[in-house]
Amino acid sequence: MKTKTFAAFVAPSVVMMMLFIAFPLVGTLFQSFFVSRSVVETVEVKNCAPGFLKPICTAQMRTLPKFDENGRPMTETVFVGLQSYRNILEPAEAWQALTSGDWAGLMNIDFWKALRFTLTFTFVTLPLVLLIGLAIALSVNSIGRRVRGPVIFVSLLPFVITPVIGALSIRWLFIGDGILTNLLQWLLDTPVTVFSQAWSTELLLIVYRVWHIAPFAFVVFYAGLQTVNQDTLESALIDGATRWERLRYVILPHLQPLIVFVALIHMMDSYRVFEEIVGLNTQSYVISLQWITYEYLLPDNAGTRQLSRAAANSMLTMIGIVILLIPLLRQVWRAHRSVRL
Amino acid sequence: MIRKFLFAASLASVMAVPAWAECTYKPPMPLRAITQGFPAWKVLAKSMESCGNVEVETTQNSREKQVPAFQAKPPLYQVAGVDTADFTALYEGGLLRPLDDLIAKYGKDLKPNRLIKFDGKTYAIGVFMNTQHLVYREDILKQLNIPVPKTWDEVLAAAEKIKQAKLVAYPLGATMKSGWNIAQEFITFNIGYGDKFLNDDGTPAIDSDAGRKALAEMKKISAYLDPEYLVSEATYVQRQFQAGKIAMANSWASRIAALDDPKESKIVGKAKGAMAPLAMKGGMPTATLMWYGFVIAKNATEDQAEAAFKMIVASANTDVAKANNDLAIWLIDGFKPGPAAIGAIETAEANPPPPFYPSSSRMGVLHTALGQELPAFMTGQRDAEATLKAITAKYLTSAKEAGLIR
Repeated sequence: MKTKTFAAFVAPSVVMMMLFIAFPLVGTLFQSFFVSRSVVETVEVKNCAPGFLKPICTAQMRTLPKFDENGRPMTETVFVGLQSYRNILEPAEAWQALTSGDWAGLMNIDFWKALRFTLTFTFVTLPLVLLIGLAIALSVNSIGRRVRGPVIFVSLLPFVITPVIGALSIRWLFIGDGILTNLLQWLLDTPVTVFSQAWSTELLLIVYRVWHIAPFAFVVFYAGLQTVNQDTLESALIDGATRWERLRYVILPHLQPLIVFVALIHMMDSYRVFEEIVGLNTQSYVISLQWITYEYLLPDNAGTRQLSRAAANSMLTMIGIVILLIPLLRQVWRAHRSVRL
Repeated sequence: MIRKFLFAASLASVMAVPAWAECTYKPPMPLRAITQGFPAWKVLAKSMESCGNVEVETTQNSREKQVPAFQAKPPLYQVAGVDTADFTALYEGGLLRPLDDLIAKYGKDLKPNRLIKFDGKTYAIGVFMNTQHLVYREDILKQLNIPVPKTWDEVLAAAEKIKQAKLVAYPLGATMKSGWNIAQEFITFNIGYGDKFLNDDGTPAIDSDAGRKALAEMKKISAYLDPEYLVSEATYVQRQFQAGKIAMANSWASRIAALDDPKESKIVGKAKGAMAPLAMKGGMPTATLMWYGFVIAKNATEDQAEAAFKMIVASANTDVAKANNDLAIWLIDGFKPGPAAIGAIETAEANPPPPFYPSSSRMGVLHTALGQELPAFMTGQRDAEATLKAITAKYLTSAKEAGLIR
């Protein structure tokens, strides 16, 4: 293809990527180095508020923002360098906790606490999603053609549900006097409260994500199974290969690129775990990296947002995803190169 | 066609507003309002909507929505129903319209007690008051021969007896949802132990003896709560009472009327209110006073502001207060303190009385830091020392970033 034609075809998507990915990313990076704050002055204000019978008037010292001529609060933007990153990572405290073996101390810092959970979440759900997805795909592939349609439909349902809605339903099922809590109580004959300790909350988060995403892995693998070379399978059968051997030496190598693909997507998704934290209301026990960004973006009780720290935390999250994906991307790259050679 | 008509008719009958809420003023343009979501606000919202041309959003998240909605041009809501704390963020953001000219024209009958003034200008019209008070199941305390508790020691002793007697699922309820609620709980205890929150230079003062006592007391209380108390806010506590699951709670006065609502409650006539308990003898009750009122967005047009003001005066009227007398401590004329108000009035008239919620920008930042860091203490992930240090650190970081301290 001529370079010119190639450029013409690629240009639209390059423009889109610049507009919607590169520029916001650079913008966020810049934002993380600056802090915007209101210009305040401390003044005495006379204030009257309703009492039960007559007004109560008091004079108090208050910090009030200064206003410009348009009546807008004045703000100043200052360059703070890496201060926002330092505020999030608290490197001195974290290092001290690490070197003195004080795990609880490290977990007292929101970022490290969230990182701990996010990584656990990612690496526990990953193999489960792959295994369960593959298991469903294999079993659906081996059942009669007639029932396949309905079975595929039912298996896909969890993936169709909006994550927040699914999380909310799970919450109502497992909350204090939820149906499933009562069932568990009846089965185990002990009081059960899922949302009152970290481990059970975390377990529920993991189970929910696996339930939700496994159908995605299933669909991809099922599609892959349709293209397995039947001749190879047959010859393996004639050679006396067992079911397991056929899976190990014929089917899995064939599915390998798809497995890498699902793993890649799933790791990116689960590192950004967020909806479940909101839906299941777990922030007292379990928080994730994205939750921290959200918390910074939420106006606090003084009506301000921590935009700089939110930006810094987004950058940290992105760096985390890149680091996580490096091994997989290298593998894809190597496979790609070997095909070209 | 007929079916459609019948459907519309049945819908209209469902949505029909009771006669008491008749509003006599219809704004010439559509107006939108946002308020909190508890019963007294819901009544006011209904009354506002009965004016016609008014759409009201009642939500428990109004606090988070108001500031950005009022910053927008044009504002997403012309009117907001706020409390003492919401007001600060809006006022200090320069987002509120002074109301004095409108009061002179259309609000001459408003009692001076209802006008919330800063620096001589009126920014809000008060509609009712609120405070925490002790709600208790009279029947249970009588059955166990327990006098109404006046201090937290007595509350805990009573809770132990109720637990032994196994009359309810959990002896106590508490508004300890992580975030705003649990922070508010700490604030009332810090008040109860007679300490301040901030030093004059804006540094936090909660890493103190009172702060430690407050934490210890909250931990003691949590042993008598539903183990999932970190999701429990005022509605949750109200439902627990209504379902007969808890026997006592120090909760908002605005919720007690719902416990006598036969449509929702299994314990009609059994819950009573009393003074919010004392944390220590001679101290203040563990409560803060709050006023609730209407504000108008500065970014609203002159016409909208005028219509909004007339609409507020017409909808938050004497009939509404009379018909819903027990829902709140109304500031509107016609309110007669009934049995439901006893606890709130006992609390407000305690000696020494509890203060207003100490609302300010710095306090807003501290409140948020408290709300984020306290849950880890309650779940046992960190001790009192580390918690108070973490709160102090988080406050200092945010307050510096916001330019509130140097």
